[in-house]
Amino acid sequence: MEGLEHILGQHPFFAGFCAAHSRLVAGCARNHRYDAGEYLFREGGPADEFFLIRHGQVALEIAAPGRTPIVIATLGEGEIIGASWLIPPYRWMSDARATRLTRAIGVDAACLREKCEADHDLGYEMMKRFLPILVQRLHATRLQLLDVYGKR
Amino acid sequence: MAAASPHASPWIPRLYQVARARRERADTTTLELAPLEGTRPSFAPGQFNMLYAFGAGEAAISISGAADAPHFVHTVRDVGAVSGAIAALKAGATVGVRGPFGSSWPLQPAQGADVLFVAGGLGLAPLRPAIYHVLANRPRYGRVVLLFGSRNPKDMLYRRELERWRQRLDVNIEVTVDHADADWHGNVGVVPALIRRVAFDPHDTVAMICGPEVMMRFTVNTLLEVGVPVQRIHLSMERNMKCAVGLCGHCQFGPAFICKDGPVIRYDRIADIFAVREI
Repeated sequence: MEGLEHILGQHPFFAGFCAAHSRLVAGCARNHRYDAGEYLFREGGPADEFFLIRHGQVALEIAAPGRTPIVIATLGEGEIIGASWLIPPYRWMSDARATRLTRAIGVDAACLREKCEADHDLGYEMMKRFLPILVQRLHATRLQLLDVYGKR
Repeated sequence: MAAASPHASPWIPRLYQVARARRERADTTTLELAPLEGTRPSFAPGQFNMLYAFGAGEAAISISGAADAPHFVHTVRDVGAVSGAIAALKAGATVGVRGPFGSSWPLQPAQGADVLFVAGGLGLAPLRPAIYHVLANRPRYGRVVLLFGSRNPKDMLYRRELERWRQRLDVNIEVTVDHADADWHGNVGVVPALIRRVAFDPHDTVAMICGPEVMMRFTVNTLLEVGVPVQRIHLSMERNMKCAVGLCGHCQFGPAFICKDGPVIRYDRIADIFAVREI
């Protein structure tokens, strides 16, 4: 467990996290390794984990019948994947595919939600870290939708 | 940075010949222009010329070649009657040129600092002379980062050159596209999102940005969030340039004329009005 706590502490998402909270999160965490082409999760599946990428790259994709899957975004080292674990019904809204060898820490969602419910300081700390990322991604998606490089 | 002296009379176009026309994308062409008489005037990276397609009209086009190249190099996208006529010019055609005009990228003040180029779409063209300069004088600068965003992999400007630059060990180049299918193995997402992924010292970085204005607004916001000082952010602005010497007022942007006070403008000088839609 100390190993995971140390790894979590090095991830930018948990920078400055207090030791007690790090221990609580590490208690819900485990290591993952994905080869290129392997899926972290598939659309519609239970969002029972969120991921902190340590190395590699993951593509978030949406598949449409008869078409090549559309990549919405790629995420890499130091970034997190997954917000659906925060909101019922806890189902993934996209596929996540490793585009190269990827190492990640997975945090069990039910375990973490329970700890956040029991310790609101931990819950608030988690929300303070998640919310800016979600807002950044919302802004990025808006810019993406504008198709600014297309002809006006 | 002081601008290079334009032609003796800024009103009279000089005649140039298209020495080479290279199709970059379906709607975009790079022209190499050689003067019919004498040599071309010098220019500073970031400046523009007024290109005159006879019978169609005149348009402001940034210079996209190296400052020491023998010809003027311009990359032109067909977005209307005039730019379409210029982009359609073939080798041997004659074109009128006034310029160069305007301000330039802060390459001298950036010496010793990290340099961050952020380009979107055709915005890579006005930055390319500055990139050439920094790469040619690499020891004078700290870390050099180029972040480039394109609509999709197919529309990527200067792709071969980007691939060549990426082979260098002394420059960090990250490319992203807004839209891609699973066959694309690079980054997908908007170019400001790359800023947090690359290493540079935000307090000692000079940022130079060129692209659609919305993209530049998002980029500036992210740069400010990560701690780049407002006076170290420089943008290349685009407005409806007509006279190119600050007289006609078509390109007025608040108290500034983009043709004369720009196109390269330090962000803190326009920060209050940059996002005001009525200006």
